[in-house]
Amino acid sequence: MALLEIDNLHAKIDGEHGKEILKGLSLKVNPGEVHAIMGPNGSGKSTLSYILAGKDDYEVTDGSVSLDGEDLLEMEIDERAAKGVFLAFQYPVEVPGVATMTFLRSALNAQRKKRGEEEISTPDFLRLVKDKAAGLGISQDMLRRGVNVGFSGGEKKRAEILQMAVLEPKVAILDETDSGLDIDALKVVSEGVNALRSPDRAMIVITHYQRLLNHIVPDFVHVMHKGRIVRSGGKELALELEANGYAEYQQDAA
Amino acid sequence: MPAVQETVDQVRSLDVDQYKYGFFTDIESEKAPKGLNEDTVRFISAKKDEPEWMLEWRLEAFRRWQTMQEPEWARVSYPRIDYQDLYYYSAPKRPTQLSIDDIDPEILKTYEKLGIPLRERDALLGIESTGGSKVAVDAVFDSVSVATTFKEELAKAGVIFMPISEAIREYPELVRKYLGSVVPVTDNYFATLNSAVFSDGSFVYVPKGVRCPMELSTYFRINERNTGQFERTLIIADEGAYVSYLEGCTAPQRDENQLHAAVVELVALADAEIKYSTVQNWYPGDKDGKGGIYNFVTKRGDCRGDRSKISWTQVETGSAITWKYPSCILRGDNSQGEFYSIAISNGYQQVDSGTKMIHLGKNTSSRIISKGIAAGHSDNTYRGLVSAHRKATGARNFTNCDSLLIGDKCGAHTVPYIESKNSSAQFEHEATTSKISDDQLFYCRQRGLDPEEATALIVNGFVKDVLQQLPMEFAVEAQKLIAVSLEGSVG
Ligand SMILES: Nc1ncnc2c1ncn2[C@@H]1O[C@H](COP(=O)(O)OP(=O)(O)O)[C@@H](O)[C@H]1O
Ligand SMILES: [Mg+2]
Repeated sequence: MALLEIDNLHAKIDGEHGKEILKGLSLKVNPGEVHAIMGPNGSGKSTLSYILAGKDDYEVTDGSVSLDGEDLLEMEIDERAAKGVFLAFQYPVEVPGVATMTFLRSALNAQRKKRGEEEISTPDFLRLVKDKAAGLGISQDMLRRGVNVGFSGGEKKRAEILQMAVLEPKVAILDETDSGLDIDALKVVSEGVNALRSPDRAMIVITHYQRLLNHIVPDFVHVMHKGRIVRSGGKELALELEANGYAEYQQDAA
Repeated sequence: MPAVQETVDQVRSLDVDQYKYGFFTDIESEKAPKGLNEDTVRFISAKKDEPEWMLEWRLEAFRRWQTMQEPEWARVSYPRIDYQDLYYYSAPKRPTQLSIDDIDPEILKTYEKLGIPLRERDALLGIESTGGSKVAVDAVFDSVSVATTFKEELAKAGVIFMPISEAIREYPELVRKYLGSVVPVTDNYFATLNSAVFSDGSFVYVPKGVRCPMELSTYFRINERNTGQFERTLIIADEGAYVSYLEGCTAPQRDENQLHAAVVELVALADAEIKYSTVQNWYPGDKDGKGGIYNFVTKRGDCRGDRSKISWTQVETGSAITWKYPSCILRGDNSQGEFYSIAISNGYQQVDSGTKMIHLGKNTSSRIISKGIAAGHSDNTYRGLVSAHRKATGARNFTNCDSLLIGDKCGAHTVPYIESKNSSAQFEHEATTSKISDDQLFYCRQRGLDPEEATALIVNGFVKDVLQQLPMEFAVEAQKLIAVSLEGSVG
């Protein structure tokens, strides 16, 4: 049994005339694997990540998703998080007045409590964050500032990776983590992500460009188009897409 | 942050009803006959063994009150109060303010349950275990003060901290000089009523140049049914003195509404500073809006001397109706006034609160930071006045009012008045209204917080600027309260 198993997933925007976005998407992800999902804008990549995380704006009309054999779609958003689903947002959200440090600690303890674990002690927590933050070039000052408030694009993405490092998810979904990053920032973020690769953790890396995949080398690459995975392959598929673009897919859709 | 975690624990540990101070203490009490007339006033005065001048002062207030109309300008609505259907005095039968061992054990237990140790020994133990600082407490139970802690230690520093009823007997000149000098007897309907029937409250005098060696606090508890609480607090900081004062309050859970009409007067002489913090947690009524305290309070500080400073910080989470405008009269040149407020309303609570900064002296400055949070079906109004007198050259004010709405059945309103008779006055006003966005909630929940934890965290972030103004122990308490009072506001 795969760690994450998406089978024939159909989903639409919530509401009476909601448009169908996912139209029969299937994907199996095993522990330790890194899957890249590529595809033109509007193909439904972010929608997929939101549905896996449990956002309310969508309605699943058919298909199933299981995590470790459990029905993921039945779980509350925070329950999924506690079970190990992490989403690095394409557009991280600001929480004014709540220090990043405070946010991290509240999140970590909330997850631990849901899993029936002890809260982390203050010294352990401080050590953990200090370690992980240093690797990502995140300053103490940034940790004291409100979550994502006044952060640059690059800082926001690094902060997302820091959260992932602290929360240690089973399945991490990274939505366009490369967007808005210059090459140096891209390297820092990729190194942060690579450091988190592990035999018991799976990652789904969503990206529009091949560039990121030079740094985070995937085991599998999937092309998504119009709400479906239309092609799958190894890491060389990304290079092919880089050379030929998405035109091929856009044409056969037309 | 640990406090948020504690908050959530606390929310979880509560039953369906979130108000945890709603218990009633069964003790024998002595009451004045129901209703209000000159005899009631005489009864209270006699009970307190008051001098003749005090009785006259009360009677004058009572006669005045009979000619007055209940105000209607606030954005609150409630059924007419029948002033003849209330008790104006209720006191535990056993004598109070004796040695701690003579106080009714039930009362001691009540305060223990509320987390307020009245035995100095216990208070000190609490400090050792939490690493907090020493706080002297005056405990007011219905109409009387039942105990005051650390009195002797304070006396050594020259600080007078005692029930006002006692101060009237022991320091009549001081009381006579300052009582009603900030909030005149005729000030407003509820203040006038209070002047006639106030029963107890705290009196503080900090002499010249003395920095009060510990925080002072009064804990108000309404226990008896159908009983109004009319407390009166008077705090005087003489030249160059400093005092920080905390006020807390709770009441049992009852179906009927109860009236609380307090008056607080602060006087800061030259170079003195008074910091007054309130965490108001009167019973707010049940989820359908039944019961709860009517909190009609007049609080005013007079920066009477040059370079004096008065700072109000309030966290208002309780009461069915709050009508309260802690204000500063900036009389002394270069004096400063501050108002920091967090007002949270949920269920059917109605809050109309704010401040008045009256600039009379030269180069006076004031600062207002107000955070209103409305949830459920509640209504939350900020009402403020900033005025500069003709002679208030160089007066400055900065006002920031932010409102946060949770859900779509509540209302937030901002009513700022600005009056300037001096062209050099600089008044700045900022206001925002926002909602907790779905995106914020989703983001927090994706990280593992449940809806209530997420809301508490976001709200704590929203009120951070004000929480920082509170003394440490109070800030933690306030943070817990915020989460508790928002329970049931999401989902
Ligand atoms: N909440 C929403 N409301 C309306 N349309 C949406 C919503 N979310 C996504 N869409 C639409 O669904 C399609 C897929 O969007 P998205 O998942 O963001 O694609 P991608 O991330 O691949 O660029 C787009 O046409 C987008 O406009
Ligand atoms: Mg996208």
